[in-house]
Amino acid sequence: MPGLPGEPIVRIRDLHKSFGDNHVLRGIDFEVSQGEVVCVIGPSGSGKSTLLRCINLLEQPHPDSSVVVHGVELNDPDCDIDTARRHIGMVFQQFNLFPHKSVLANCTVAQETVLGRRGSEAREVARMNLDRVGLSEKRDAVPAQLSGGQQQRVAIARALSMDPSLMLFDEPTSALDPELVGEVLTVMRRLAEDGMTMIVVTHEMAFAREVADRVVFMDGGVIVEQGRPDDVVGNPTEPRTREFLQRVLDPTHVTPE
Amino acid sequence: MAVATTAPGSRLSPRKRRQRIRLAQYALLVAIAVIAAVGANWGQIAHVFFDVGIAKSTVLHGLGAALVHTITYTAGGFVLGLLAGTLFALMRLSDVLPYRWIATVYIEFFRGLPTLVVFIALSLLPLAFTGLVVPFDPYGTVWIALGIVGSAYMAETIRAGIQAVPRGQVEAARSLGMTSGAAMRKVVLPQAFRIMIPPLTNELIMLIKDSSLVYAIGLTVSGFELTAFGKGMANDSANITPLVVAGLGYLVITLPLSWLVRRMEASTAKGR
Repeated sequence: MPGLPGEPIVRIRDLHKSFGDNHVLRGIDFEVSQGEVVCVIGPSGSGKSTLLRCINLLEQPHPDSSVVVHGVELNDPDCDIDTARRHIGMVFQQFNLFPHKSVLANCTVAQETVLGRRGSEAREVARMNLDRVGLSEKRDAVPAQLSGGQQQRVAIARALSMDPSLMLFDEPTSALDPELVGEVLTVMRRLAEDGMTMIVVTHEMAFAREVADRVVFMDGGVIVEQGRPDDVVGNPTEPRTREFLQRVLDPTHVTPE
Repeated sequence: MAVATTAPGSRLSPRKRRQRIRLAQYALLVAIAVIAAVGANWGQIAHVFFDVGIAKSTVLHGLGAALVHTITYTAGGFVLGLLAGTLFALMRLSDVLPYRWIATVYIEFFRGLPTLVVFIALSLLPLAFTGLVVPFDPYGTVWIALGIVGSAYMAETIRAGIQAVPRGQVEAARSLGMTSGAAMRKVVLPQAFRIMIPPLTNELIMLIKDSSLVYAIGLTVSGFELTAFGKGMANDSANITPLVVAGLGYLVITLPLSWLVRRMEASTAKGR
């Protein structure tokens, strides 16, 4: 399952995606290596979430595009996508916890149905991962009883319970109240320090600067600029990147269009 | 009604006008009650509609069995209808076009026909299929009849319930590697059925009442449900009382059911 040594975990070539007439992704080439943490930033509508959702094929790319994860071409009609997704964890903006199941059951249901783990083993793995996100004492609660930050941490534990080798985060803190953002980012930072390969679509520039190995700036369905966080966020070369960062980092001095 | 005018000089304030209108409504109600009390022959009415002696003998001579029949007919029909309804709902949401057609035709056909017509047609089925034997008679035929009618209604309720589950739930399940079937069984259907509890109860109550039409299939006395039983007794005693008692039998089933559903709705509302 892990590709050859030195082979990137994710390799995307000429990725195009349209929704009807709306050409969202216009030719993306993108690679992520083992253990790398990549933050994808950009204005809304730039296609960054769509890029992320193409990596586990929640969105179907254009047939000529190539999306290779762990050496498997996912954009092949004969690809066993369910097997491929076992190793790709995903965290959503709206958490998408299963509201009818307890916190623990949220973390065990896929282990049991997909990996065929037995109940006791699945519960053990789930407890370990809930402990990792600091929520082992909430295992019998239902999602509605938790704060947004807690729900998102459960969602992270749910994804980790499948032992993924790649984690995708789709604006994981955008639906949270400001004071709850930190607990989620802390969990993600620890995950990065533990060596998890992560692709994070985010507006949290502080997180990108501090945790990312590489920052990718997207606009208009293409990658405009990418590089080390200090370069892209601290000293961008492209005018579009500069303008975007100014709007994000200094929002009270934006000239209205 | 007439639009209230607030011409200057009109002496009544809006509040006083509302008071008078309400007073007039109460006065009307009292007048009707008085006329009814004085004008009607209450002794005769009470004798025909609720003769205590006949009511007592109705209860003692087979009301319980009829009540049990109504419940078993309805319960079997509801279970069959729920299973078939789920199947047709999934067919309506299928990627396979002919499945969608078949389900749509079935639902529109059996929803559009009067229940009585379906029952009569079903009772005549042995004419077309000579030697046709339905298992568990008379229960089998009744269950199938109620199941057909119920499934056509329930299929639409179930489809709407499935579609009411947010898309993100399926995405979360699929992103964990679940097949579309597993996502449907483990994630979508349990939530959909919770959403469907109130409309499904309505359909159960409708089915309870539709079970009164099974006489059209041709039941023997031993298989009578509430309506057939009450009607038979009413004819025998030339009095409506047995039918009234049978009617109350339906309320014995439906009122607790309504209460149960209100409680379930309240508790699931908390959980969401």
